[in-house]
Formats: sequence, structure tokens, C-alpha cells
Amino acid sequence: MQALTNRAKAVDRSPMTFMEKMYIPAIAKGMGITFKHIFKRKATVSFPEQKRDFSPVFRGLHVLNRDEEGRERCTACGLCAVACPAEAITMEAAERKPGEENLYREEKYAAKYEINMLRCIFCGFCEEACPKDAIYMSETFAPSNYERKGFIYGKDDLLIPDPKEQGK
Amino acid sequence: MTLLSIDWFFIIEKVLLISVVLVLSLVVAMYSTWGERKVAAWIQDRLGPNRAGPMGLLQPLADGGKLFFKEEIIPTNANKFLFILGPSIAMMVACMTSAVIPWGDTLVIAGHPVSLQVADVNIGVLFIFGVVSMGVYGIMIGGWASNNKYSLMASVRAASQIISYELPMGLALIALLMLTGTLSLKEIVEQQRHGLWNVVYQPLGFFIFLICAFAECNRTPFDLPEAENELNGGYHLEYSSMKLGFFLFAEYINMFISSALIATMYFGGYAFPYMDSLGLNPNMVTILGFLALFLKTLFFIFFFMWVRWTIPRFRYDQLMRLGWKVLIPLALANMLITGAVILARQH
Repeated sequence: MQALTNRAKAVDRSPMTFMEKMYIPAIAKGMGITFKHIFKRKATVSFPEQKRDFSPVFRGLHVLNRDEEGRERCTACGLCAVACPAEAITMEAAERKPGEENLYREEKYAAKYEINMLRCIFCGFCEEACPKDAIYMSETFAPSNYERKGFIYGKDDLLIPDPKEQGK
Repeated sequence: MTLLSIDWFFIIEKVLLISVVLVLSLVVAMYSTWGERKVAAWIQDRLGPNRAGPMGLLQPLADGGKLFFKEEIIPTNANKFLFILGPSIAMMVACMTSAVIPWGDTLVIAGHPVSLQVADVNIGVLFIFGVVSMGVYGIMIGGWASNNKYSLMASVRAASQIISYELPMGLALIALLMLTGTLSLKEIVEQQRHGLWNVVYQPLGFFIFLICAFAECNRTPFDLPEAENELNGGYHLEYSSMKLGFFLFAEYINMFISSALIATMYFGGYAFPYMDSLGLNPNMVTILGFLALFLKTLFFIFFFMWVRWTIPRFRYDQLMRLGWKVLIPLALANMLITGAVILARQH
């Protein structure tokens, strides 16, 4: 039979020679290898000072998007919450009152929008499910926290800053 | 200065020397834990502790502080007295051996010659052997008093290992003693100062002694008494807080002392090449000699760590086979050859 790769090696079952039984040459060789490693480049990234680049498709913390006029895009349709396999997203919808047209893009908006970052598995399904391009995943990840509460991100944490206000 | 027919200068000198040696061995042991972690990290392409202080130099303090503030647990059915006695013996014995090691030649301070050796006992080597074998009691008592079958088994393992490896160690030393003709460590060093280092005459003896030193200190590849990951811990399974710290710390002190001992007996101790032809002040030469011994000791401590992070642990039957079937016959042959050569040269 043709071997799949030509890398297969027959196991050598011949009894060990005296030099092999002494183990000393093998140990000396091993110690040489470990000694060389002392001077090798270290693999560690000293995290807070030094950050590793993420890949372009990295899925980090969520952001809630606004349109060009700074109105929230989310209409609280709930498709992201349905798509979420970890059931990390909860929301409450509300109706837009007259005079709030500059705040919300459509007649319905999310009064409350929460993502539990401890439940979230950062799969990106919410991003794909959103019909309004309202939720996106950014390139940052959740910072550590002392309490579980701190990992439930509300609208204040998720909404991107208003482009109009930022101009000022 | 003699008062009440007691030489007070002598007493002050010895007390100071004892404190310095004790502090030195504790500090070296403390920084060995740091060094161990650094060496381990470098060998594994990591950085090692670098957060506490510059280069992580305050890490041993943080570790010690952590151990002190941990909860002290004594198992209900443990023998309380022996439970506390175990780590105390381990620690005390580890600190005692440094007394007979000559840390340097004599310093002359204000006309008084001060020997940098706490006690120049004429049976120094025997003293060390006696004290070191007491170390096994600490392990045995600690393991037994825990009232835990795993601790007991580990301490039996440790005891049989240490006793098995003490034999070839002693036999390797006998060959050295036949060569030097003295049991005083100071004289062994003085002989090497005026001749070649003993490792030249006793390479095999040195090698056996080194292997046995690894086994006596419970260091990898002979760390079966501890076997953190494979055998459910060791004799200190039930220990917590500083009592555990004492057991671990005693191991590092032992490592320091055995490194110093290897350097003293086989690598010239405080003697270094051309030390008598430098033409320096004798005090200066003594200080340089101490530094030489210290460097040799540090090298052997590094060697201990280097081996630990290279070689995997022995299986228990392999350990026993190496001790009884390889090292003891080798040590006996070494003794025989040394004796024959000495006899042949006399005639």
C-alpha cells in the first residue's frame, strides 16, 4: 500500500546500547537545548504596556450605531436577541414621541438595551441578524471588573458618541 | 578584652558571624525562589515574574507575605505537637549545616584574626552528614503527624529515597577523604589552595556526589517526595500557611548549602587561581575568596535549576535502581581505584 505521507518511521526496538543506557549524553544534549532557550526571544507579550494586533475580522465589544444625523438606528425589533445563542441580549421597546425625531431614526426605539458580557460568546450573530445596521462589534474587548454587575453593558456603554456633538 | 575570664571579643565575633551566615543563607534561599522562577521562565521562552519591583525583585517578599497571611489549618486528627515539630526540624536542620562551611580565609580586624568560618570542627564532613540525615526526620514526622495516608506514603517514599542516596554520597566522600586525609573542611580547602581542585582527582566521585546532592535536596529528577502534579502532593499535603513555607524554604536553603558544599569540597571553596601571587592585602584576598566561593555556589544553584527544568522525574523503581544498582557499585569502584592509586604512589 502506498503510504499517505513518506514521513512514517519504523519504531526502533533494538536494545539500548551502553552509551544510551548511561543517559548522560542524552541529558547533556537536553541541557544544551534548554540553555540555548535562555537566550531566545521570549514569546510573552507584556499585556497592559504592550498590545498585540488583532486580526481584521476580530469580534470585540459591541457598539450601537447611529446614522449620519446622530439618530439611533436600533428599532428594538429583537432579531439580535433571537439570534443570540447565549441569550445575552435583552431590550425593551418604546414608541417615539413627537419632537424626538432628532433622537431616534424610526417610530420605535430601544428604551433599554443590555448585553451581558459574561454570557456573550462574541460569535457575531447579532451583527449579522440586524436589519438596520445598528449593532456592530468593535476591536476592543471587555475590561476586567470586580463585580458581575459591571459586565452588564447598558445603552450608555454601548452607544457610539453622537457625531454632531463630537464636532463641537 | 577579657572579663569574668571570658573572651568577649571572641563571643561577639562568633555571634556576628553566625547572624551574618544565617541571614546570608536565608536571603540567598529567598532569592533562589525568584531565581528559580526566572530560570524556569527563560528556559521556557517566558519572561518570569516582573511585576513586583524592578525585574520582579520584590517577588520573594510578596510570596513570603502571602504565605504568612494565609489561613493556618491543622487537621482535626493530626498530632498537633508533631505537626508543628516537622517543619521546625526541617528548617532548623537546613540552617545548621552552614556552621562548618569555611566562607573565607581569615580577616584581620584591629589586630584580631577573624576566621570566616563559624566553627572549624575537625570532623566537619561528619557533622554535615549527621545534620543532613536529621532532615529526614522533619519530613517523616511532618508526613506522619498529618494523619493522611497520602502524606504518610510520600514521607515513607522520601525517607527511603534519602537513605538510599546517602549511601553512595558517603561512599563518594570516603574516596575524597582518603585523598585529603582530613575531615576538616577548612583543611580540604587549604589543600586545594596550594594544589589542584579536588574535582581533577575525583571526577567520578564528584559526579556521584552531585547526583546524590540532587536526591538529598529532593530536587528534580528526584523530587518524588513532592511530585506536585503526579502523586497528589507530598509529605506537606496537609500543610498550609508558613508551615508549608518552612518546608519549601528549607528545600531552598538545603540547595544553597549543598551548592556551597560541592564548591568547597570539589571546586576549591574560597580558593581561586593565582590567589597567593596577586600581591594584594591579605584582607582583600579574603574578601575576593569569599566572592569566589559565592560565585561558585551561585553557579551550582543555577545548575540545580537548569537540571530541574530539563529532565523529567524518575519513576520510583528507576530511582531505586539508579541508587542501589548503579551509584553504589560505582562509588565502591571509585573508592577501590582511589585506594589502589594512593597505595601505589606510597611505594
